[in-house]
Order: sequence, then structure tokens, then C-alpha cells
Amino acid sequence: MAENTEPRIGVFLCHCGTNIAGSLSIEDVVEYAKTLPYVTIADQYQYMCSTPGQKKIDDAINEHNLTGVVVAACSPRLHEPTFRTATKEGGLNPFRFEMANIREQNSWVHMHGMWEEATEKAKDQVRMAVAKAARLEDLIPKSVPVERAAMVVGAGVGGMQAALDLASAGIKTYLIEATPTIGGRMSQLDKTFPTLDCSQCILTPKMVDVGRHPNIEMMTYTEVEKVEGYIGNFDITLRKKARGVLTPDEATAKGIVGGGCNGCGDCSEVCPVIKPNPFEMGMAPRKAIYIYHAQVMPLIYTVDFDSCVKCNLCVDVCGDKKAIDLEMQDEFITVKVGTAILATGFDLISIEEKREWGYKQFDNVISSLEFERLICASGPTGGHLIRPSDGKTPMAVGYVLCAGSRDNTGGVAKPYCSRFCCMYSLKHAHQIYEKIPGCKVYLFYMDIRSFGKMYEEFYYRIQNEGAKFIRGRVANVLEDPETKNLHIYSEDTLLGRPVDVEVDMLVLAAAIQPKEGANVLRKKFGVSASQDGWMLEAHPKLNPCGTTTAGVFLAGVCQGPKDIPDTVAQAEGAASAASIPIHMGEVELEPYFAMCIEDLCAGCGMCINLCPYAALDLTEKNGRTVMVVTEAKCKGCGTCGGFCPGGAIKMQHFTSPQIAAQIDAFFAGGEQ
Amino acid sequence: MADEWKPKILAIICNWCSYAGADLAGGARIQYPPTVRAIRVMCTGRVDMLFILKAFVEGADGVLVSGCHFGDCHYLEGNFKAAKRMFMIKSLLRNIGLDDRRFRMTFVSASEGAKWGTVMEDVTNTVKELGPSPIKEFKK
Ligand SMILES: Cc1cc2nc3c(=O)[nH]c(=O)nc-3n(C[C@H](O)[C@H](O)[C@H](O)COP(=O)(O)OP(=O)(O)OC[C@H]3O[C@@H](n4cnc5c(N)ncnc54)[C@H](O)[C@@H]3O)c2cc1C
Ligand code: SF4
Ligand code: SF4
Ligand code: FES
Repeated sequence: MAENTEPRIGVFLCHCGTNIAGSLSIEDVVEYAKTLPYVTIADQYQYMCSTPGQKKIDDAINEHNLTGVVVAACSPRLHEPTFRTATKEGGLNPFRFEMANIREQNSWVHMHGMWEEATEKAKDQVRMAVAKAARLEDLIPKSVPVERAAMVVGAGVGGMQAALDLASAGIKTYLIEATPTIGGRMSQLDKTFPTLDCSQCILTPKMVDVGRHPNIEMMTYTEVEKVEGYIGNFDITLRKKARGVLTPDEATAKGIVGGGCNGCGDCSEVCPVIKPNPFEMGMAPRKAIYIYHAQVMPLIYTVDFDSCVKCNLCVDVCGDKKAIDLEMQDEFITVKVGTAILATGFDLISIEEKREWGYKQFDNVISSLEFERLICASGPTGGHLIRPSDGKTPMAVGYVLCAGSRDNTGGVAKPYCSRFCCMYSLKHAHQIYEKIPGCKVYLFYMDIRSFGKMYEEFYYRIQNEGAKFIRGRVANVLEDPETKNLHIYSEDTLLGRPVDVEVDMLVLAAAIQPKEGANVLRKKFGVSASQDGWMLEAHPKLNPCGTTTAGVFLAGVCQGPKDIPDTVAQAEGAASAASIPIHMGEVELEPYFAMCIEDLCAGCGMCINLCPYAALDLTEKNGRTVMVVTEAKCKGCGTCGGFCPGGAIKMQHFTSPQIAAQIDAFFAGGEQ
Repeated sequence: MADEWKPKILAIICNWCSYAGADLAGGARIQYPPTVRAIRVMCTGRVDMLFILKAFVEGADGVLVSGCHFGDCHYLEGNFKAAKRMFMIKSLLRNIGLDDRRFRMTFVSASEGAKWGTVMEDVTNTVKELGPSPIKEFKK
């Protein structure tokens, strides 16, 4: 379209069924639009996003030789891409499109008795959009090549599945795990509901697959230090924490032939330092040189330098393998990837802060994860369920469900449902009956949420096995100082009377929260948090794996509570989404770059330090100092453009004349 | 009713947090006064002080700039840079004899739909309390 022709704008109003048409007068707004400067045609349709709706745009562009298109409908965050495509199909540059958000920001928020006001507002919104559309320019999106590699951060079952899928699709995948082993929470579980598969038995083969997949570069004891770049070209700096032990490969690289850690564990035998093992929830010891458990992947020991006393006993016993290096330092490496998946999982809340249930006050009150380790054959007690105070087998076990979940009292409590506590508590009840015939199990619950496939059936099964379900929130727990038994005080809300149940042991099905450090990590990737603190998906329904940062995806509990089947399903979804740009080989970046208007630039250099991405420099041109933009670095935030005192920075698609025209249009009630 | 004064308030809001928060308010059908018109920018860092002054000169009764919380800006620190500028706006307004409560910067995240509704109420109430912008009288 020639630049010097008068703008010719087409305006299209969407009814969105009754979503918009039910709250304001489409007819009035269309008639009004026709009176606006530059508007050549104004039309309306039931659903503008439908094929016939889009065809209206296509036809009008050709019939009326339009230079710009305005659609007044839902949010541009939803349908801007749709209508840009329609604009392009009509033969215009796709950036000659502007949207007026008359649904999310009008008809849905001014619903009852606001007909006139909403109609007025829609007229203003359309007028402002037309003012911008009249000043839009052709823009060419920049295509950038996509690095044929991906990164997955967090190697729980979610991260592992995502990495396996990406790698099997032929993509080089870096799997980053903060702890010394992959596996995550699932490796701490004994059995899994509702099938009662042994957790390790189904997880270990996956861990082995990850370990030997030629396309997976597994990096344990490693954290993300810095993220730079954008979709297709992320430069991610990793901190390889000093492990104090060389792998066979690392040893070979250092010329130690046949050396490196072979997992024999001789070092751990001789190490004199004893610390609690976090994998066993602190209920078993580990040495200063340790592995979490027998099935770790990779099977490489790790030195805990915070507790190591540098006695060198381990170095001596390791001998010719020369695997141990007590002077090792953290290393930093930078890798380039096209896309990334975050899968950082969860922690239990600090349930001791809910004082009423006595965790950490009374010996025999334990958390659900502690229970998993106590009932597990490879756990600290060899799978014998005993109570902490005296090692006796409990004959009555209580459960507090929703311990801190669905709780609006603030503090550590969470308003949301943690989604798997009901089910694992049922599973625990079954495990107790299996191991301790005659033991009684009392579950204090608010509701039992057994929504998944075969879950309700599992619930019936546990009822039939004899578990007692008492509906009520536990108000208070007290310990009998003599027997160390616990009294659970609650109201049975179904019978409407207070109850006092004495048990030998009490398990708290504690609420969960995002993994410690997840907030720092998500900010590095530019990912937002939901109100409840979990990482925010791009759209709760239509894009549950994506984020608002192009090229960054979410898998598993880091996005919100889910059990293993849901985690794995989301991980496969995220892997598929993350592989698309890589298989396409190129992505288009929105061309919202900054541009220097050299005639206006005074070369003051004030903008240089404002840019968060170091995209700006000063240069000499025709004997003058002017600013230049490195387009590949500019992300188009406009921070430089919002500042430049000379107005010398043009922010494409958000230019000052465009924004000024929008402002004028609002206040002047039309354009001058 | 028809003659009742309706304040004209301009909001310039960032795409990633406040615009998304405003969309969420819509999704949740949170009702608020129809006094505000929004212009979308990618980041509050884009907001030139001149845009705000221009709005007041054209007769805005109030102006709101809203972005991500500190630390959550999609471009790391655009909101921080914007906030610094916005302090200056307040003193500029005072200097030209406008009540600086007519201008406000808020931080509403993509998940704070309800907060967006509250901000709309608040801003509207403040501006209503202050009455029509004196600039309009002056321009007549
Ligand atoms: C007591 C209990 C019993 C359960 N029982 C069952 C059951 O029977 N059946 C079922 O389906 N579900 C069960 N679950 C739920 C199950 O544990 C989760 O669904 C599953 O672990 C989620 O996997 P994930 O990969 O999302 O997270 P996680 O398993 O938490 O893995 C996250 C991984 O990311 C790593 N990580 C975290 N932050 C970083 C970082 N910044 N950098 C690098 N790495 C990082 C962590 O170290 C960890 O390895 C149970 C949960 C609990 C608490
Ligand atoms: S040097 Fe450190 S890790 Fe090795 S044995 Fe001594 S204390 Fe343990
Ligand atoms: S718009 Fe300006 S400040 Fe923002 S990234 Fe581009 S050059 Fe840097
Ligand atoms: S992107 Fe929201 S303030 Fe910068």
C-alpha cells in the first residue's frame, strides 16, 4: 500500500454470541464507527473469529482497498494472531491490524444495567483503535534460526519424561537437576495409587533410559545461573556445583586412565562425618561423602563441602581411581538451546507452623513423606512401620487430610487443594493394613477427592478394608506424656458431635508449595506466577504447557498440584510443544524493535544504560555520534523509547505518534 | 443521571501483567466502573512522560500507569525505570497546579484480576473526589 494515500480503515464488530451483544449496542457502535475519520466500512458479525467472519475482513480489504483493519471483539491476547492472519490473507501487511478489546475489558466487566455506559466505552475504544490503525505501518517479522537443542530444568518424573520425549524426537536435550540424582519426589515414594505399582520399580527403568540416552546430557548437581536470549537462541549459563568427585569421563579427560568414581562406596565407609540424609527426610544418616539411595542416577558420590572436615580418608581409600578432588570448585558453562521446559516440582509446606497438629512438638506426629520412607522396603527401617518415640509397631494410626490445604487462615496454609493427598492417604491406609493386620486407621477429612481413573473404585476398596472416615477438621492434637499416644480432637460433622480419638501415630497429609528456589528460577526465564504461587501457564485452558515467554514451557507440579499420571501427560505435552519450533527450524519474532531516528538523535547516550539487554550502542555516522540498535538483542520493551529526551527512538508498532493519536482520540472525541 | 459527570481516565498498561490481569478480571466477570480507557504497550518502560502530560493537557481527569510487580517485569526492569520517571510526573503535576493524586502507578500481575477491579474502583473514586480536571475549564 502506498504510504501517501489517505488511510482507509475497515471496522468489524463481533457479537461473540451474546457475550458482547448482550451487554452493549453493537448497532450503535457500528453506526458510530461509520462516522469516524478514515473509516471506509464498518460491519458486524456473530463470531468474527469464525471462517465467515474472517472472510468478511478478507473481502472488505479487497473491495474497499483498505489500508488498515480494526476488529472490536475479545482480547488481542487471545485473537490478535487470528485476525493478523486474516488481514494478511486479504493482502495487507499483518501488522496493519488493531484490536479493540470490547469483551474482557468492556462487556464482561460492565454487565448489569450498564448498557449505555458500555456502549459509550465501546465507541471510545473503537475510536482509539481506528486512530492507531490509521497510523500503522508495514512491518516485517524477523525470522531467526532455532538452535537444535532443548533444556529441561528439574529431573523429577515430569522433567525426565519431557527429556526422554525430546531426545527421542532427535533433539539434543540438557537435563538439569539441582540435587546429585535424578528422580525427584517419585523416587521417595513406596507405592503409587491406585494401581499400587512399586514406585522405584516403574521409575528406575526410566532413570536408566535417561542416563543412557545418546541425546540426553544429564547434568546433576547443577543449577541455572543466568538466562539470556530469546526463543530459538537462549544462552543459558549453568553452575556445575563442585561435587568433589570425578566421573569416569571427567577422570579420563584429566588423563587418569581407568579412574573416576565407580560407585563402590569405599569412601563413604571411612568418612567420619555423619549428617541426616534429606532423601530419607532426615530419618537416616549419611556421610559427608554420600549418595542419596542405592538407585541413584548417575551413580557418582558427592562431597558435602559444608560438613566435610578434609581429613582425606576418602581420598586415600579411593586410591588409584583418583576420583575424589577435595579442592574442586564450582564451574560455569554456557549452553545454547532453542526452547526450555521448567519442571521443578514441589516441597511440603512447613507443617510445624500449624501448631495445632503438633508436628515437631510430639514425636509420633509425622509428615506424609516421612511415612513414605518408613513404609518403604528400601527406607530407613527396611519397610517396618514403627513409631518414632519407641520403635513400636503402631496399632492405631490417624490421618489429617488437607493439612494446610484448602485452608484460608493464612500463614503457611494454602487455599488450594493439593490434589493428591486424599489419594495417597487412602493408599497409606491400604499399606498399613497389608503390613500390620488389625491396625486401625482413622482418616479425618473434609471431602475425599477421588476424581481420576479408577480412583473412586480405589476409595471403595479402602472403605471395605475397614478404614474409618471421620468428616471434620482436626481442631487440636495433644500427646499423652506417659504413652506418647496422641489424642485427636475434632468434630464429626456428619454426626454433629465432638470426637476424641486416641492413636499411636498421626500422619499429616501436608499441603504442598512450589519448590524452594522456583521463584528465582522462573524470574530468570521471565515466567510469571499465578496468584497461588505456582508458575503461570500461558492460558489455563488452551495453553496449559506454555508460558508468556515464547519458547519456555511448563511440566508437572511446578505449574500446580498434580499426581504422576497428570505430570507425565503434561510433560509429554510440553515436550511436544517445545519440539515444534526446533523442528520448524526458524521462528518469527514480533518486529517491535527500537529504531534510531538519526536526524533527531543527539548522541547523548542516555538510552544506552536503560536497555536491560545491552542492545544499544553509540557509533559515528557521517561525522556525528548517533545511537544504533542491535536488533538481535532488542526485545522491544520500549524502555529506551519511553525515555529518549529528543524523541529519537522509534518503537515499531508502538510509535509515539500512534500512542499520541490514541490519547487524542480518547479525549478529543474524534480526530482533529 | 445522564448529566452526571463521568470522569475520563486514561490507563497505559503493559501487555504481560496488567493487561492480562484486566483480561482476567473480565474472564471472572468482576464488575467495575466504566470510567477508564486503556492503551496497551508492551512494557511500562515504554511510557514516555509526555504521554501522561499530553493526556492531562487534553483534559484527562486522571491517568493510571500499571505494570508488573517489581522483579516480574517481562523485560527485567522496565517497570523499575518507568517508576522512577513516574515520580517525576507527580512533582510536575504539582508544579502546574494539578493535584498529584490524579496520577497513579500501580502494579497488577497477570493473576490479579480481582485487584484490577479494586484499582479501577479506587482510581475512579479518587478522581471523583477531586472533581473534573481544572485544565478543561482553563482551555475553554
Ligand atoms: C507423600 C506423597 C505421596 C504421593 N503418592 C503418589 C502416588 O501414589 N501416586 C501419584 O500419582 N502421585 C503421588 N504423589 C505425587 C507425586 O509425587 C508428584 O505427582 C510427582 O512427584 C510430580 O513430579 P514432578 O516432576 O512435577 O516434581 P518433583 O518430583 O518434585 O521433581 C522436581 C525435580 O526438580 C528438581 N529441581 C527443583 N528445583 C530445581 C532447580 N531450581 N534447578 C534444578 N532442579 C530443580 C528437584 O530436585 C526434583 O528432582 C505423592 C506425593 C506425596 C507428597
Ligand atoms: S575428606 Fe570429607 S568427604 Fe572425604 S572422608 Fe573426610 S570428611 Fe568425608
Ligand atoms: S526497546 Fe530499547 S530498551 Fe527495550 S530491548 Fe529494545 S533497545 Fe533495549
Ligand atoms: S512487562 Fe510489565 S512492566 Fe515491564
